[in-house]
Amino acid sequence: MAHDNHGHHELSFTERYVFSVDHKVIGLQYLITSFLFLLVGFALMGLMRWQLAFPGSPIPFFGHLFPADLAPNGVMSGEFYNSLGAMHGTIMVFLGVVPLAVGAYGNYVLPLQIGAPDMAFPRMNMMSYWTYLPGGLLMLSSFLMPGGAAQSGWTSYPPLSIINPGQTVWLLSMVILITSSLLGAINFLVTTINMRAPGMSLWRMPVFCWAQFVTSVLLLLAFPPLEAASVLQLMDRVFHTSFYLPKDLVILGKAYAGSGGGQPLLWQHLFWFLAHPEVYVLVLPPMGIVAEIIANNTRKPLHGYKTMVFSMIAIGVMSFMVWAHHMFISGMSASLSNFFLVTTMIISVPSVALMTCLVFSLKGGSIRFNVPMLFALAFIPLFAIGGLTGLPLGLTVTDIYLHDTYYVIGHFHFVVVSGSIIALMGGTYYWFPKWYGRKMNDKLGLIHFWGSVITMCGIFGPMLFMGLGGASRRLYDPTAQLHNLPVQGWNVVATYSAYLLALFQIPFIYNFFNSMWRGEKTPENPWQATTLEWACPSPPPHGNFEKTPTVYRGPYEYSVPGRKTDFWMQTDKN
Amino acid sequence: MSQTYNPTAFMNNADTHSGVTNAKLGVWLFLASEIMLFATLFTSYIVLRMASSSWPWGWDVLNVPLATLNTVILITSSVTIVMAYAKAYDKDKAGFQKWMAATILLSLGFLVVKAFEYGAEFKLGIGPHTSVFYAIYFTMTGLHGIHILGGIAVNAGLLYMSSVTEHWENPLFLGRVEGAGLYWHFVDIVWIFLFPALYLL
Repeated sequence: MAHDNHGHHELSFTERYVFSVDHKVIGLQYLITSFLFLLVGFALMGLMRWQLAFPGSPIPFFGHLFPADLAPNGVMSGEFYNSLGAMHGTIMVFLGVVPLAVGAYGNYVLPLQIGAPDMAFPRMNMMSYWTYLPGGLLMLSSFLMPGGAAQSGWTSYPPLSIINPGQTVWLLSMVILITSSLLGAINFLVTTINMRAPGMSLWRMPVFCWAQFVTSVLLLLAFPPLEAASVLQLMDRVFHTSFYLPKDLVILGKAYAGSGGGQPLLWQHLFWFLAHPEVYVLVLPPMGIVAEIIANNTRKPLHGYKTMVFSMIAIGVMSFMVWAHHMFISGMSASLSNFFLVTTMIISVPSVALMTCLVFSLKGGSIRFNVPMLFALAFIPLFAIGGLTGLPLGLTVTDIYLHDTYYVIGHFHFVVVSGSIIALMGGTYYWFPKWYGRKMNDKLGLIHFWGSVITMCGIFGPMLFMGLGGASRRLYDPTAQLHNLPVQGWNVVATYSAYLLALFQIPFIYNFFNSMWRGEKTPENPWQATTLEWACPSPPPHGNFEKTPTVYRGPYEYSVPGRKTDFWMQTDKN
Repeated sequence: MSQTYNPTAFMNNADTHSGVTNAKLGVWLFLASEIMLFATLFTSYIVLRMASSSWPWGWDVLNVPLATLNTVILITSSVTIVMAYAKAYDKDKAGFQKWMAATILLSLGFLVVKAFEYGAEFKLGIGPHTSVFYAIYFTMTGLHGIHILGGIAVNAGLLYMSSVTEHWENPLFLGRVEGAGLYWHFVDIVWIFLFPALYLL
């Protein structure tokens, strides 16, 4: 491909940093925004955790700042608790982790790793960010609207979600956010298919690019069903249709005025048809990051590159066939739940294959224990805990006992927080030298790493124990049910761990901004890596590569016998 | 960073790994997501109908002759947009403008007929709240109508651009017409499924 297209006009500040069409600026915009949303979601959870550990006692410091209808005398009300729960889940998943994993890392790293000058549609890329941000702000603003924010969980099950206040804004901002991620997904797919540098065949793409590719397919095909489902729920709320409302519905002793005749379970099916592929959207890009870091810091090729790629593709296909394992207790027929039980067990095979490849990649390597590598190494056991605790939830018999307990919350937080978010943080330490030409501080990184990993286990480990003990989830006051009392102490442990986790993010935030200007300067390829993003200046200029790079070999040619250096870049002819 | 490069310059370059331009591939992927959107609605339609205790026959409660007329209008507009593309391919500006204008007129005609249908129903006090059948009818045809509006906007934009020499002579122009055509065919095909599902089955 010829790219003889260097214009010569000076970009204004707005064009360069605000409405930029450069994938690297957009990636960093996504990075900062989604980290901020993660902090917001985290803060909401901090409030909830106080109520869970010490039900009925006033929230310290902040309690009296809230309006009296949300927190009378500083004590959180039930409605406020429900809002916090719904918004915590929504913000973390749709505004935090997905934009961070795809919007930030995918945007910045994918075009560089395939040797492209930019995304296929730079202006659409900009539009994607500028749709995501207003959508997110609209979601946040619902706290300030009459009736408050959505209160029906991030899953928004009807009929409750159609009756509760706040849900209309939730639905509207979901439609906006879905539009944003569709724009992104189309862009990523076209870029990966069409814009690879000469010689960059599909089998020479780094695992991270494959992860982004499969993720984009999932986003492209799984999000529109939620968009349609949200439109139906919006119709139910705004135009009083009855898509999700059954006949003869009675609300607070009064008969519901609508026609009825709809199916509440329809929403659950449509929602999980999106939300299960969404789980893999949360997991695959971080796995790609871990694969990059592990290959780089073991100084040897990944074990089973093709196995990993085929596993990811298999996961992508299978993820559309497992959704109803979230609904085993919804009263579906036994033959249907058996089907989903079997597909769920099948999808765990490629997942385990991926993890096995990562573990075997360590074998025989001369491991460099730097900060990104520590995050990648921590990902493996912590994600494995999350994955393995999921198996009993995929089996109907055990799921019936565990489904509405804290066990489920512990399980998916191990997957998403100590799995995905740990890997995403590791990615920041790994690619920071590329973003700013400087390195993040190692000592602060170590404090951040050990603090985060230990406190995360302190939050989610107790949830698994509580759940096995039968503690119900989604309760405003856990002490209201006698059977929750024996494990209530674990709630206190989890709450204090959560506050410590917040403290341990301070060195990370300080380190990030301090290193941007004062970090140790680094060369073009500080990690001595092989992939293409290290073959251009740090930070790369607009257009990335001075001339279109040519790729001569696969992505992980480390420690090739007979060579002077232990890494052989994809762009080096010999 | 005084140098910058023109991000659109490589968009019409068919010398890609797939042999298809970025724009065309993008439109196809967009249509894939649109198919998932409407497939979800059709699935919901099937589920709601199967579980419903009473479901009216479409021809008893909806206006089949008007819908048939609309089907003819929409299929004709699919032909006219292909003619517009063929004229753009031949660099025949007047021909392109004639066929594109015909496409836009036909699609406006579709919306007018649809408005008469809706109007007659509203006059009887029938709306999306009346029953689940009407709920899915209004939602699906309404969403389809919004897609028609989007198509009219795109086609009208292309008609305007063809009158500006700079745009008409831009090598990207033909690709844009093709993309609009692909989208228009999709909107047409959705109607071809909607018509029997709601009116005839």
